[in-house]
Amino acid sequence: MAAGMPIEITGLSKRFGPVTAVDDLSFTVAPGRVTGFLGPNGAGKTTTLRVLLGLERATAGTATFGGTRYRDLARPLETVGASLDANFHPGRSAKQHLAVYATAAGLSKSRVPAVLETVGLSEFAGRRVGGFSLGMRQRLSLAYTLLGDPGVLVLDEPVNGLDPEGIRWIRGFLQSLAHEGRTVLVSSHLLSEVQQSVDDIVIISRGRLVKSGPLSGLELEAAPRTVVDSPDRLRLAGALDQAGLEYTEDGEGFVVDEPDPGRVGHAAFVAGVELSSLHRLTSGLEDSFLSLVSGGEQA
Amino acid sequence: MRAVRALGSEFQKVFTTRMWWLIAILLVAYVAFLAGGFGAFLGWTIENPDAAQTSGNNTQLPPGMQLAPLLYSFASSVGYVFPVLLGALAVTGEFRHKTLTPTFLAEPRRTTVLSAKFGSQLVVGAGLGVVAFATSVGTGAAALAAFGLDTELDTSDTWALIGRGVLAMALWGAIGVGLGALVPNQVAAIVIVIAFTQFIEPILRLAASLNEVTAQIGQFLPGAASDALVGASFYNIAAVGSPEALEWWQGGLALLTIGVVATVIGGATTWRRDVS
Repeated sequence: MAAGMPIEITGLSKRFGPVTAVDDLSFTVAPGRVTGFLGPNGAGKTTTLRVLLGLERATAGTATFGGTRYRDLARPLETVGASLDANFHPGRSAKQHLAVYATAAGLSKSRVPAVLETVGLSEFAGRRVGGFSLGMRQRLSLAYTLLGDPGVLVLDEPVNGLDPEGIRWIRGFLQSLAHEGRTVLVSSHLLSEVQQSVDDIVIISRGRLVKSGPLSGLELEAAPRTVVDSPDRLRLAGALDQAGLEYTEDGEGFVVDEPDPGRVGHAAFVAGVELSSLHRLTSGLEDSFLSLVSGGEQA
Repeated sequence: MRAVRALGSEFQKVFTTRMWWLIAILLVAYVAFLAGGFGAFLGWTIENPDAAQTSGNNTQLPPGMQLAPLLYSFASSVGYVFPVLLGALAVTGEFRHKTLTPTFLAEPRRTTVLSAKFGSQLVVGAGLGVVAFATSVGTGAAALAAFGLDTELDTSDTWALIGRGVLAMALWGAIGVGLGALVPNQVAAIVIVIAFTQFIEPILRLAASLNEVTAQIGQFLPGAASDALVGASFYNIAAVGSPEALEWWQGGLALLTIGVVATVIGGATTWRRDVS
């Protein structure tokens, strides 16, 4: 396995005529972690990845693997494994498809059955790709990325089209790749699709960076609060004031900036206030993701 | 080293899809039909000149016209469309099936990939040339022998013609790569190949031969250059060919130049574009 190296995007812009797909984007993807590259459809994720992989030319800025552009890599498939869209010549078998590119990259022929085994396609190795389901094509795309046993993996929407079992499998698989020290960048338009397997997130919207950092940072923003209500709201407000808790009133009662309902209940108990409801409010990661993304759209 | 790998990969691409043998079968059928059929027909008219005359056929060969090279050259004079098609498909297929993404990920140096296509299609075209000449010599010589005519297979001239014909077919394969790089749309490329080789160029060659100045230009048309390289073509007796003809080596250089120029222009334009 080649060493995992960081992916560095610096001041990257890509314009298609009057349309700006990527706008002064900068972020870094660290080795040894799974990074989710998130944003709604049309946010510029795929364009960013295509520029990173030398398939499209940047209008401005750079995108490198540890300082080296993709096209300057001495052994590209052994450094970076990438899958963008599942496109194959329908007349080739899975084995032939991989063999064609193993030859181009100067890889050992033994890698072909090995990666087919890894992704669970061994029994379909000799079958024409034209008859493959979307899920099988996704697995074959993944097999292609693993051909050179690279230290960096770049996967565009790898979960698309997979069945629940496949999704569970790929989550664990990405984690194990990162634990081996590889850099893993996975794009998705749904946070929920990847949130169980990513360590870091990079969120873009309309071609611009909205947020990047550890997933726990986003969890912090989505910190749970407590909802409490009483038949006597006036006295409840007094009790919360006395306990020094911040709150806002809404139709359901008070939303208190306190993740622990026990502390809110205690404050009411101390003041002798009867409660009609007391529960934790979790807005969820998806909500904070969506609010970040829509905030980006207003900009 | 990277160039060798890219070449190996391109050969694998050709032989892992069904197109190459489909093309080879069509080539064999077409050449066998024309070389064998035409040979048998001419043999019959020579053997029965009176019957040919009375049945209204006026197929007198020009004096001094050699029958055997004419029949054998059907392999390239009508078969050249097949290596062009296969060469063009080697490029347009990548666009059509969007396999440029995995191709350029495995070898990001695009010039290396296109050069490998050019080189591999030279070899594949030569292979098709061997198949085509085996067919035209097989069926043509059989037809001649059946009527007791000289097959000329014992002359070095005949084998030199076959060798030049195989070279012409190789160059046509490379021209196909250039065309595919210029016109990456597969349907458009196929239409251009068929229309140009079957209609436009024969008409241009005829039109060019009507005037001495245009005849000078007409001899550089790819089909005319190819016939000059091979040294015989039924176009010459069909009175479509230009009275002017290049030397065989000039014809070969003209074909090579067309292939290289088309590939270089294509490589600097469509081949460099963003892959989406």
